[in-house]
Amino acid sequence: MDINPILLAAAIMVASTPILLAAIGELVVERAGVLNLGVEGMMITGAVVGFIAAHESESATLGFMGAALGGAAVSVIFGLLTQFLLTNQVATGLALTLFGVGLSALVGQGYETTTQVPVPKIPIPVLSDIPIIGTILFRHDAMVYLSLLIVAGVFVFLTKTRAGMILRAVGENHDAAHALGYKVRRVRMMAIMFGGACAGLGGAYISLVRVPQWVDNITAGTGWIALAIVVFASWKPWRLLLGAYLFGGVTALQINIQAEGLDIPVEYLSMSPYLATILVLVVISGGRAPGSLGKIFHASS
Amino acid sequence: MNRRSLLAAGATAAFAAVLGAPLRANGKIKVGFIYVGPINDGGWTQHHHHSAKEMVEHFGDAVDLVYQENVPEGPDAERAITQMCLGGADIIFTTSFGFMDPTINVAKKFPNVKFEHATGYKQADNVSVYSARFYEGRAIQGTLAGRVTKTNKVGYIASVPIPEVVRGINSAFIHARKVNPNVEFKIVWIFEWLNPAKEADAAKALIEQGCDVVLQHTDSTAPHAAAKEAGGVYTFGQAADMAEYGPMPRISSIIDNWAPYYIARVQAALDGTWSSVNTWDGISTGMVGIGEISDAVPADAKAEAEAMRDAIAAGEYHPFTGPINKQDGSVWLAEGEIADDGALAGLNFYVEGITGNIPS
Repeated sequence: MDINPILLAAAIMVASTPILLAAIGELVVERAGVLNLGVEGMMITGAVVGFIAAHESESATLGFMGAALGGAAVSVIFGLLTQFLLTNQVATGLALTLFGVGLSALVGQGYETTTQVPVPKIPIPVLSDIPIIGTILFRHDAMVYLSLLIVAGVFVFLTKTRAGMILRAVGENHDAAHALGYKVRRVRMMAIMFGGACAGLGGAYISLVRVPQWVDNITAGTGWIALAIVVFASWKPWRLLLGAYLFGGVTALQINIQAEGLDIPVEYLSMSPYLATILVLVVISGGRAPGSLGKIFHASS
Repeated sequence: MNRRSLLAAGATAAFAAVLGAPLRANGKIKVGFIYVGPINDGGWTQHHHHSAKEMVEHFGDAVDLVYQENVPEGPDAERAITQMCLGGADIIFTTSFGFMDPTINVAKKFPNVKFEHATGYKQADNVSVYSARFYEGRAIQGTLAGRVTKTNKVGYIASVPIPEVVRGINSAFIHARKVNPNVEFKIVWIFEWLNPAKEADAAKALIEQGCDVVLQHTDSTAPHAAAKEAGGVYTFGQAADMAEYGPMPRISSIIDNWAPYYIARVQAALDGTWSSVNTWDGISTGMVGIGEISDAVPADAKAEAEAMRDAIAAGEYHPFTGPINKQDGSVWLAEGEIADDGALAGLNFYVEGITGNIPS
């Protein structure tokens, strides 16, 4: 056996982070009652903006900040269209994806052969020296830790804070929330921008850490996986963490099993991440979609 | 050229047709290319496009180039090719295996348009097929891989399970074993020609499992980036030289050079001598180029690989020369027997010593 379980577990965390970041952002958006199918478009925008920002500034930190801003910027387009001009959210989200993929290919011209500034690993003192667990959990780059902090933060925000309750109220029944005097549009715009920023970070994690380089269409459908995981996780942050790590985990595992040359047909291995994630999340499912998800809100109605 | 300019070109052509103006009034020919990836992928598509541009330079004003990037393999390709025909293209090169059936289907509807399909095997009166003997280059990569590996584990990122890819794996393996009987291959299929994230994941997994040489049949430079980060891992450029990753990790490459073929075929179309042919060229005609072997390779191994390159070019050596057994141990090629092109074209099994199975 050449599979090193410790390195594999560490690789799983890296493979899962882009999906996790994009999915947790979309979770907040959907809990606010907005269905943004443009995750893929926001991710790839973040990927290209992050790459260019990091390349030009020679700073990975600035790269990720640029990616978050880029993702948020394109999400504002979606927000303005759906919240103020009351366009259909499904159609606008799909358009955002097409727009993002095209825009990124245009903006990224000329950056294909450039190599990227390395993103440093940050071993956490003391903890990283624990055998096995230290290597798996505590020797990653800052974004892996940040993604976990964001998940924890979203959980606390949604369940323990007043602002989080308001956001959920807006998502469950926007007319009631409006009648109580909450600013439905404002809450939703902020949620949409948060979702865009997270998707941008997820995309940049692919172009700055996982690959790391810029190629057209580099996200290759990751945004759609993130969208699906939000639904299968029934809009709950911890299930979403499980789903994202499971998907990333089985993806990394199946490559390792192939390389090992085990006698399992490759077709089954390739479909295994999808099957495993759907199965597990369906089995533990329960909970329902936010009441106003995808519905158009207008104060007059 | 994008879809919009294509549409514009189509409209112009339709307009010209309405006026009854012959499309080639001044001996001009419209040459179309259908690409599976973006023209800046750094590998396969980039080199087709590069060769197409060389062809245009050669002919100057006599040629109008139209192309479409990122055409998905499968039914949608039929739409893209049809659109190019309606746009007045006289000869169309479809440059990926998965365009085979769409090309044949469209060719039936446009008998006056000439088609050239890369890496396929279905020919028709107005459809030529052309491919390169990449397995010749793989033999050289295998030799180098067997010589430079210290862990005796060689990783192979395989793309789509078609004979071309299987030939490459077998050729590389046979020649790695020849110079290093302890070498083992670890093969990962990703079912795509270009997916940088998957390629990077595969490369990292292979490196973590102890491979210190990674071969790829995928189009991006992502595996090189992974190897560079890991350090001490050797890679090979695929389709393009990928020299920006030399001298380490990239120690050599297979370079696709389609330009001479494109020039010859367009010339034939201009002269009216075009007919359907089946072309399969290798190192000898330059269709398969071997990128410079870097100084990271020991001098004797470099000399050995270069000698093999020259022997293949001169026709003195064929990479599939017996004795070679199939994976199950049965005899494929007897002592001194050389595989014929028919068997190679449909190759769908691993040779003895490779573990794992080919996805069907």
